[in-house]
Amino acid sequence: MSELIKFRIDGTECMAESGTYIVEAARQNGIYIPTLCNMPGVKPKGACRICTVRINGRMMTSCTTPVTQGMEIESNSETINELRKSIVELLFVSGNHFCPACEKSGNCELQALGYYYQMMVPRFPYDFPQKGVDASSPYLIKDQNRCIMCKRCIKAVRDDQGRPLFAFRNRGNHLEVVLDEELGKQMTPELAEAAMAACPVGSILVKEKGFAQPIGKRKFDNKPIGSDVAV
Amino acid sequence: MSKPVIATTSLAGCFGCHMSILDIDERILQLIELVEFNKSPVDDIKTFTKPVDIGIIEGGCCNSENVEVLRSFRKNCKILISLGECAIMGGLPAMRNGIPVEECIEEAYVNGPTVQLNKERILPNDDELPMLLDRVYPCHEIVKIDYFLPGCPPRADLIWEALVALITGNPLKLPYEVVKFD
Amino acid sequence: MENIAKLIAWKFGNDRTRLMDMLIEIQETEGYISKANARELAGLLGTSQADIEQTISFYHFLSMKPRGRYSIYLNNSVVAEMFGRKAIRETFEKAAGISFGEVTPDGLIGLFDTACIGMSDQEPAAIINNKVFTRLTPFRAKEIIRYIREGRSLNELVHEGFGDGKNQDPRLRAMVSSNIRRKGMVLSDNYHYGKVLREKLPTMSPEAVIAEVKHSHLRGRGGAGFPTGFKWEFCRRAKGPKHFVVCNADEGEPGTFKDRVILTEKPELVFEGMVVAGYAIGSDQGILYLRYEYRYMKDYLEGVLQNMRNEGLLGRNICGIEGFDFDIRIQYGAGAYVCGEESALLESLEGKRGEPRDKPPFPVEKGYLELPTIINNVETFATVVRIIENGGEWFTQFGTEDSTGTKILSISGDCMFPGVYEVNWGFNVNDMLDMVGAYDVQAVQVGGPSGTLIGPDEFYRTLGYSDLSTGGSMIIFGKQRDLLREVVLNFMEFFIDESCGSCSTCRNMPQVMRNKLHKILDGKGVKKDLDDLREWGKLLLASRCGLGQTAGNPIISSLKNFPHLYERLLQRDKTFDEGFDLEASVKAANAYVGRKAVFHHHEH
Repeated sequence: MSELIKFRIDGTECMAESGTYIVEAARQNGIYIPTLCNMPGVKPKGACRICTVRINGRMMTSCTTPVTQGMEIESNSETINELRKSIVELLFVSGNHFCPACEKSGNCELQALGYYYQMMVPRFPYDFPQKGVDASSPYLIKDQNRCIMCKRCIKAVRDDQGRPLFAFRNRGNHLEVVLDEELGKQMTPELAEAAMAACPVGSILVKEKGFAQPIGKRKFDNKPIGSDVAV
Repeated sequence: MSKPVIATTSLAGCFGCHMSILDIDERILQLIELVEFNKSPVDDIKTFTKPVDIGIIEGGCCNSENVEVLRSFRKNCKILISLGECAIMGGLPAMRNGIPVEECIEEAYVNGPTVQLNKERILPNDDELPMLLDRVYPCHEIVKIDYFLPGCPPRADLIWEALVALITGNPLKLPYEVVKFD
Repeated sequence: MENIAKLIAWKFGNDRTRLMDMLIEIQETEGYISKANARELAGLLGTSQADIEQTISFYHFLSMKPRGRYSIYLNNSVVAEMFGRKAIRETFEKAAGISFGEVTPDGLIGLFDTACIGMSDQEPAAIINNKVFTRLTPFRAKEIIRYIREGRSLNELVHEGFGDGKNQDPRLRAMVSSNIRRKGMVLSDNYHYGKVLREKLPTMSPEAVIAEVKHSHLRGRGGAGFPTGFKWEFCRRAKGPKHFVVCNADEGEPGTFKDRVILTEKPELVFEGMVVAGYAIGSDQGILYLRYEYRYMKDYLEGVLQNMRNEGLLGRNICGIEGFDFDIRIQYGAGAYVCGEESALLESLEGKRGEPRDKPPFPVEKGYLELPTIINNVETFATVVRIIENGGEWFTQFGTEDSTGTKILSISGDCMFPGVYEVNWGFNVNDMLDMVGAYDVQAVQVGGPSGTLIGPDEFYRTLGYSDLSTGGSMIIFGKQRDLLREVVLNFMEFFIDESCGSCSTCRNMPQVMRNKLHKILDGKGVKKDLDDLREWGKLLLASRCGLGQTAGNPIISSLKNFPHLYERLLQRDKTFDEGFDLEASVKAANAYVGRKAVFHHHEH
């Protein structure tokens, strides 16, 4: 076991093993820092920027930055919260996130963050991009309208030979996450389930399954995201 | 002091938001005590007959008539509220955004699976009919909107709490459960 | 050629980290990378086809569709536009009978846009099958298409003869001009390469080399300005079985071309600097990461490296230093501005998409292949040689206290003598404009699109890390230029195209800001739009890399320094306008159903 170190989040003294990423260290101390692209068990890649905190005047992603002794972390401040809220809003307008028609509604982390930050309307104009839906796999639907490019499926979903089933395509605002044509056809139903579970939004859906839980019983219907952390 | 006046309308919506207004149940009696309704499907008053304090808009704008109604609401109401997903972000009708309007018309009246026979390719085309816009617009992209109440439909409790806060000037405290996007 | 993928993969040891080399070779041999070849590679490298394709689709010069036997890449940077790109583009289209982005039906000619190719001192310019054609005119564009159709070879297309200096070297034979207009210690002719390696290095310990560099206060010349000596020291201290020296020659900042000139005229100096660095940090492997736009230098630079090997300046026991082995290989990019960011460059070196890495860890600890790596700019390496030759103390007499030494500027735009100027740090902008013969100047873009746009009231400012920091790009705009339409919009499009897309902020925000700029330019702007732009731009600061953090700068900096350009476009009588236009929005439906919408205008 590595050594325990002390640091502060918004003035609150915390402790964690050195080398722990801030998000996780905060969680261990009962402090919730919102995330989207972060996923336990896979290497973080600060993609969504939601978990941004300020350390020594610099914006850092807390999913990729390890805590160090004496670190002063600003997280739940007006500036940082406003920043996070605007990133959530930016993600909403840059896709076609129409919650009422989405199978993931109620269990969607992006939506849950919209609730968390009481987003009534995004401040940015809706982009209404033209994006496709790939239903060529026998098990999965990949709806590009809802993808937030968090990379979770790319990192987490691999076949038994370690080959990634999902990958990026193109770059910039043409970026998409695509399912490998061949591996998508060969995948097991279990892997399809894992892929859906890896997706924080409704971009990866297992076919012939949806709206399984009634409204009121879903993950974020009654309790805000992060409720399991905050003390 | 006279009671605040409310007007409501449904543009490119499904009237679900209006149903949700009625879903405040017995509190509707209280509401009647608090406010007076002017132009609204609720009382079937068809035109503005006096200046209105609060205009409630359901639905986004998918055709020219929606735009005209919305603009007249902006002109006649001090405060405008976008009620529900369609008003806020176009909603279900906005799923056509990105598809050329020609294709939409063609699909609806010529090629669609429910079109039995339209060999002459007759398209509804009367001066009385509103014209489709190139895409569906959220209301706040056309006129200034003062408040937004999300949901599909917005929860009755949300509508009630928001209206009461607005009318009484009391601070609005919303429980987590009432602000939802579906 | 059924098995080309197999052959090429074998050539690079079926090593996944050499994917870039494989893809470039397939692209150059076949004109594109077919699905079948991507699948073959995936099988050989033990990954999925989608994984191979994600690398291909990241890079501008790699394609899964044929790009034509002659692929014409016409630069679309701001300076190209200023000097007549539009006419060239139209001429190419007319002569070839296709639009940009297309290939002729016979597969002969493809026309494509491409971001700054490092020729801003001789625009408009294009790259055709790795050969650069500069100073294009409509006449030449027509002629080039005609010659291609006549079946002439690429060399026969060059009519103007070759450029100045080393551009005439038989291995280079480029029609590019170096345009060196002012020489300092780096571009100077009175250094004979190899001197430091032969005479100095054997007498110095690695620590002493680092001490000299630290003493010189040399800071990185790529733009970020990190103290070079410290970087080397951190890397030397970092533990790892192998250390790497990487030279960043991915100069992609529009308006920059000084690395092109240094690599053309003084390549030995750069390589010598890399050897010095290798000695200092304890590395035996150097890599020059060269942007694909400079592929035309391939044979020339390989030749220079071979000469150095022949002379014992590369290889084993260099200059008699027992146990000091060092060699350099060249790795090419494939068209991605973001790869100039050091950690994105490392990803690209490893055969991946050029997505910047999260820091920490920094490359000095975990760089190429997760091993300690220093990455320095071309100019930094060249400068180091003169520092070791003359000592750190000598170096500090040039420049200013916080910015020692010289800086090589790439100056382009509205001036008499565009080209490369080596000046001491501390030079002010007014003097610079006088030096290059720039009159009636409206604005200067300092440091490229990611830098700042300044007007005459700031021309008193000086170049240096604490005032006007620059990697060297200086673009001058005369009074006749429409800054918002010609410059700012062009720069925003550049950032939108060049974002890697990884961060939510940089992937989406530049587009949102660009759309707002369009709205203002269309006369639909209100005061709130300017407030929004200022506020929204801050969101980009949460991006991972320098590209993302500065991707709003064209708007942010012009709004700060030229607010009147925006304000005069605003509607004075309105406080609300989101750009909706009823007439325009029913136009398509009107046309389709064949009537004109009647608006009732009734008061409901």
